[in-house]
Amino acid sequence: MAATEQTIDQVRELTEGKYKYGFFTDIESEMAPKGLSEDIVRFISAKKGEPDWLLDWRLRAYRHWLTMAEPDWGKLHYPPIDYQDAYYYAAPKVKEKPKSLDEVDPELLKTYEKLGIPLKEQAILAGVEGAGDMPAVAVDAVFDSVSVATTFKKKLEEKGIIFCSISEAIQTHPELVRQYLGTVVPYSDNYFATLNSAVFTDGSFVYIPKGVRCPMELSTYFRINAKNTGQFERTLIIADEGSYVSYLEGCTAPQRDENQLHAAVVELVALNDATIKYSTVQNWYPGDENGKGGIYNFVTKRAACRGKNSKVSWTQVETGSAITWKYPSCILQGDNSVGEFYSVAITNNMQQADTGTKMIHIGKNTRSTIVSKGISAGKAQNTYRGLVRILPKAEGARNYTQCDSLLIGDKCGAHTVPYIESKNRSARIEHEATTAKISEDQLFYCRQRGLAEEDAVSLIVNGFCKEVLKELPMEFAVEAQKLVAISLEGSVG
Amino acid sequence: MPLIEIKNLHASVDGKEILKGIDLTIDAGEVHAIMGPNGSGKSTLSYVLAGRDGYEVTDGSVTFAGVDLLALEPEERAAAGLFLAFQYPVEIPGVSNTTFLKEALNAIRKTRGEPALDAMQFLKLIRAKAKDLSMTDEMIKRAVNVGFSGGEKKRNEALQMAVLQPKLAILDETDSGLDIDALRIVAEGVNALRSPERAMLVITHYQRLLDYIVPDVVHVLAHGRIQRTGGKELALELEAKGYAEFGADEAA
Ligand SMILES: Nc1ncnc2c1ncn2[C@@H]1O[C@H](COP(=O)(O)OP(=O)(O)O)[C@@H](O)[C@H]1O
Ligand SMILES: [Mg+2]
Repeated sequence: MAATEQTIDQVRELTEGKYKYGFFTDIESEMAPKGLSEDIVRFISAKKGEPDWLLDWRLRAYRHWLTMAEPDWGKLHYPPIDYQDAYYYAAPKVKEKPKSLDEVDPELLKTYEKLGIPLKEQAILAGVEGAGDMPAVAVDAVFDSVSVATTFKKKLEEKGIIFCSISEAIQTHPELVRQYLGTVVPYSDNYFATLNSAVFTDGSFVYIPKGVRCPMELSTYFRINAKNTGQFERTLIIADEGSYVSYLEGCTAPQRDENQLHAAVVELVALNDATIKYSTVQNWYPGDENGKGGIYNFVTKRAACRGKNSKVSWTQVETGSAITWKYPSCILQGDNSVGEFYSVAITNNMQQADTGTKMIHIGKNTRSTIVSKGISAGKAQNTYRGLVRILPKAEGARNYTQCDSLLIGDKCGAHTVPYIESKNRSARIEHEATTAKISEDQLFYCRQRGLAEEDAVSLIVNGFCKEVLKELPMEFAVEAQKLVAISLEGSVG
Repeated sequence: MPLIEIKNLHASVDGKEILKGIDLTIDAGEVHAIMGPNGSGKSTLSYVLAGRDGYEVTDGSVTFAGVDLLALEPEERAAAGLFLAFQYPVEIPGVSNTTFLKEALNAIRKTRGEPALDAMQFLKLIRAKAKDLSMTDEMIKRAVNVGFSGGEKKRNEALQMAVLQPKLAILDETDSGLDIDALRIVAEGVNALRSPERAMLVITHYQRLLDYIVPDVVHVLAHGRIQRTGGKELALELEAKGYAEFGADEAA
């Protein structure tokens, strides 16, 4: 499970070190000046030694972005973002590992403890010197915009699997990157994706060759660290014919006061008979109970099921961030292709989430399943926004959508905004939606059996989310269940 | 020493007084029955003892196993050994019976300073108890009370009681919704728990249940007070005469 966190936390103390050594003013920090301009785009591209075609692509994106307006259709309220008041490039510096757990941030350890991670493992996670061997999960850490660690590469290479940072892929496999980058999410797609295309600094790249079943879960642990540094991750996963891969993305973030912008893009391509399972546990700093601080998370995630019989399954557990704007989608192009979206979104205190999916049925007999569980507590607002579109040639297409909302307390809100467009009479679309409150009956019943109120809420909510949580790989599922409990702390009583 | 001692207990719901001075003492090892017309306050008494929100105690005291019961939170009362088999058991979608009971038992054990049971130990325990109640493995895996028939829900309450092994079990109309075979099975389960350290308070509208769970003492509750107390023959008398002599309560 949490071995996935290893690298991040190894890297975490790198950045902690930065504060200590006054990194921000240090020229060695390789931090670009604040603000966004063509020069910054060129600077980023030059720093990374990118080929001309990529610089051109970035510049086209940047110029296009200047003509765009920030979307305002989400059910989200936040002060205007000053895009000139952020840094767009920062590279981490290598620092010594802590000698023991005593040297590790106690806040971090507290979180580990709540997640039930044993002490020995905590030491490994925190990157304490000599505390552990290689993790059981392949990790590619994206940290402060530059991938700093890639493990298990050898084992993957034997199978011909490429798993590395996208910057590295640009150098080592430019033809693959060029063939697929921007083909699922074009640079002009939307405000945040366009911004990302101009200034993305790093992310993961995965290629699974024909007929290969990836022997392990691939994992990236994101972590936002440098102050005021917007994070613009770019991930590209290609599953060639008949291949299979399961990819885990997880995030945690230390507390901080400033709102931080995050605009990632994830592109997935599944060719004939290929399957991609993409799981996310997102737990960025949500802000305090008054809504101060917290991450702004504007993400574009999209999968192209290009081949016949291809399948993409998105599973997400969203508990963090002050603002979540995110619609992992599937373009079901290949005949008989399958798209799935399983989502748990928990908002507490002042958090706002506007999340859902788009299932675009193009090929014949394409099928999609949407299961969304929204939980609101405190004064939070939680919106499911989903589009199911059946195009004229999608003979026999089927969609099943289930949207359930759970309210804790009476100051929060849950909203369901389903859009359905069908241009083929043979399509079958089913939509079910429910909204419920945790009842006093249920709470009393649990407490009468000996459970404290918060444990009762956590049990009831975990039950409510079960259909989604069971889609997660084992190592994530256990952590996710605990996260559900942690994110609802203080929501009752 | 009495296991539970209720003195002059007054309680209101929504500002309306329902319990108007209950006095009731139960010793360990005893089974007491409370009978009474609908709406007389039987369920209210069970909720007040279990500490449900909204049931306000306005006067009186309750001492349970030597402690002031009314000062405890509901979960602390459970840990102290008080169990309520609900008249209307509650559904918890997505949470299996096994998970629910394991969490509950381990929460209680933790409060008592006892080590938690691991998954295997617990599974062994719940399987054995389920078998006694003729419950299948499939039933204990199902979500708590979801899709259960009325009778299955009551049997599930008996299962929880058997696993949690309370000092005082309050059974609120456990007979309602049970056919005669299920009634016998549940009654056997309850009887198996009878022991010198344990007491039961069996709430029922009908005498029928008391043929199977034979009480030591029978009380009649009406108008928020215990009106009469006697031996098990009092139940038979009520069965014959009805509650007419106590006057009709408002319907519940
Ligand atoms: N939540 C409630 N709000 C208002 N009145 C209630 C509530 N619960 C019970 N009562 C009233 O209290 C009285 C006793 O009810 P109850 O304890 O359920 O009786 P019994 O279990 O003996 O049938 C009835 O008049 C009922 O209407
Ligand atoms: Mg009743």
